[in-house]
Amino acid sequence: MPEIRVITFREALREAMVEEMERDSSIFLMGEEVGHYQGAYKVSEGMLARFGEKRVIDTPIAETGFAGVGIGAAMVGLRPIIEFMTWNFSLTAYDQLVNNAAKLRYMSNGQFKMPIVFRGPGGAAHALAAQHSQALESLYAHVPGLKVIMPATPADAKGLLKASIRDDNPVVFIESEVMYALKGEVPAVEHVVPLGVAEVKRPGRDVTVVTWAKMLHTSLKAAENLARDGIEVEVLDLRTIRPLDSEAIVASVRRTGRCLVVQEGWPFASVASEVITLVVREAFDQLDAPPEAVTSLDVPMPYATNLETFVLPSPERVVSAVRRLLGLEEAPTRPAVAGGAR
Amino acid sequence: MDAGLLLDLYRQMALCRRFEEAAAKAYTQGKIRGFLHLYIGQEAVAVGAISAAEPTDYIVATYREHAHYLARTGDARAAMAELYGRATGASGGRGGSMHLFDAGKRFLGGWAIVGGHVPIAAGVAFASKYREEKDVTLCFFGDGTANMGSFHEGLALAGLWKLPVVFICENNQYAMGTPLYRTMSVPDVAVRARGYPMEFEIVNGDDVLEMRDATRRALERARRTSQPFFIEAKTYRFRGHSMADPAKYRSREEVQKWMERDPIQVLGQRIQTLGIANAEQLRALDDEVKAQAADAVEFAEQSPLPAPESVGEHVYA
Ligand SMILES: Cc1ncc(C[n+]2csc(CCOP(=O)(O)OP(=O)(O)O)c2C)c(N)n1
Ligand SMILES: [Mg+2]
Repeated sequence: MPEIRVITFREALREAMVEEMERDSSIFLMGEEVGHYQGAYKVSEGMLARFGEKRVIDTPIAETGFAGVGIGAAMVGLRPIIEFMTWNFSLTAYDQLVNNAAKLRYMSNGQFKMPIVFRGPGGAAHALAAQHSQALESLYAHVPGLKVIMPATPADAKGLLKASIRDDNPVVFIESEVMYALKGEVPAVEHVVPLGVAEVKRPGRDVTVVTWAKMLHTSLKAAENLARDGIEVEVLDLRTIRPLDSEAIVASVRRTGRCLVVQEGWPFASVASEVITLVVREAFDQLDAPPEAVTSLDVPMPYATNLETFVLPSPERVVSAVRRLLGLEEAPTRPAVAGGAR
Repeated sequence: MDAGLLLDLYRQMALCRRFEEAAAKAYTQGKIRGFLHLYIGQEAVAVGAISAAEPTDYIVATYREHAHYLARTGDARAAMAELYGRATGASGGRGGSMHLFDAGKRFLGGWAIVGGHVPIAAGVAFASKYREEKDVTLCFFGDGTANMGSFHEGLALAGLWKLPVVFICENNQYAMGTPLYRTMSVPDVAVRARGYPMEFEIVNGDDVLEMRDATRRALERARRTSQPFFIEAKTYRFRGHSMADPAKYRSREEVQKWMERDPIQVLGQRIQTLGIANAEQLRALDDEVKAQAADAVEFAEQSPLPAPESVGEHVYA
């Protein structure tokens, strides 16, 4: 009997790093407050004591600098894990990820590998306002050469992080502050989840909901509510944004005939747009309704909690969008707002 | 000594302190959310520096900016209402504690990505010079900021183009949980100004008069010669990095040692020694600002929430 073990998302990430670092001495962890402070969100708690200052390295506030140091080290064979305290701050190092990490292998005609993981929390937490509440996966997924991973459960967090660390490409690994305490079953034995493979987290026949990360839980809640009315939603967790598991998306939509994408980020030029393009292109003949997306409203995140709640996707908005796809409701999925947001 | 000035500086610092104590209380009651970074212990830096500026000089600050906002605007109600996320707040509830703005009073934020505002301050000074106006920009930031590329680029441009900006490093010894000595190869941040090149001065940031005098000299020089200047103020934050940080990385002795330099106490002692006011009169002053902070809380609590339908306004002009 395999042992059933319940641990938090945070512990799952830590286990992945610890196990991989035990296995391979070329792996190190670098970032702000990862060592002595035990991690801004305690993901790396205890790792300094275990691996010492050589391998668990506190940095100054210098994202461009330490992202670049990681890239240089990876070029010549080390396997860095670079923690961004949050992905908002990665924007100050965007140049390093996009111009350097993503390009090296191609522009050198394959002479180099870039085995580096950039990880940390992304998306909104609570009332952190515009500069600290951004879901940026679409920005990174736009760039060929980068892989983008977004786990939603502790088991996937562990398995995908291990796979990311073992991958020879630069990986953007986006977690969530509000999921770190989430508990779930994680195998006690070796557990690696391959990159690029989506998973059906709830099977259903009526509508395919394509989602990932925090929005998986929003979608599952909506699916539960809908099931009470006899509506069976299939919830497909992408887990990897790039490379996108097109086959899994298309297969599910061909079965259900309807597709809703639920994402935390902004709607314009986003992962949702990409998924909908794919579905229209590959499953057009099987579609019974135009694909829809539930996203954040198209505004920077306001601070006030009542506004923030209004901006973020909610189970209610997902329910309403699904009902609309089924022709059961007329209500718009996006509330009408004044000004620039439509 | 100008008795009125000393009492005013005392009152301003006490207002910052009481305002933040009230905010901290509201935070623990769940009435204020998000990040709340207190400036308690550092009041002399913002109050001293901003008291030396003309009301037309610009101010650019970080996410730890309640005191700067109060020193410039005196508007405890708008500040507290912003922390409460109310429509009557300094930024209409859209910004919160980290993003206070008052365009009319030339208070230009309220920025929360470390270092990002340093070149912005240089840009504001650029505009003053471009329009041949005599206003100077004051730019506040922490010790930890001095490792960011944007900090160095901002200083480099200000030095190159001789921009009238006074950079004020609030060296409170820590960037979050990390003591300065672990992230900087030099003990004084100010020496980094040298290469740009920029004159600098290191001051006791817990002495409001020293802070004021140094800033006055720097402002005067910037106004007259259009040269940037760098002030490093040595100070200490008495609380954690934010309300979420219990600050276990500092010893009780260390905190105690710095609390003996409490800028409000230090000035209070001086006021009494000089015979400007006695303990009782200072207490009355303190009661006044306590009442002002309480009034701000009351105002915030009775203010309306921003209207959800308005959420799309101000994305674009
Ligand atoms: C680019 C960036 N990286 C990390 C952070 C997270 N962060 C917020 S404040 C802070 C410490 C800043 O220290 P310092 O500049 O000394 O200012 P203090 O908070 O001490 O006033 C950090 C790391 C951020 N806001 N921006
Ligand atoms: Mg500091």
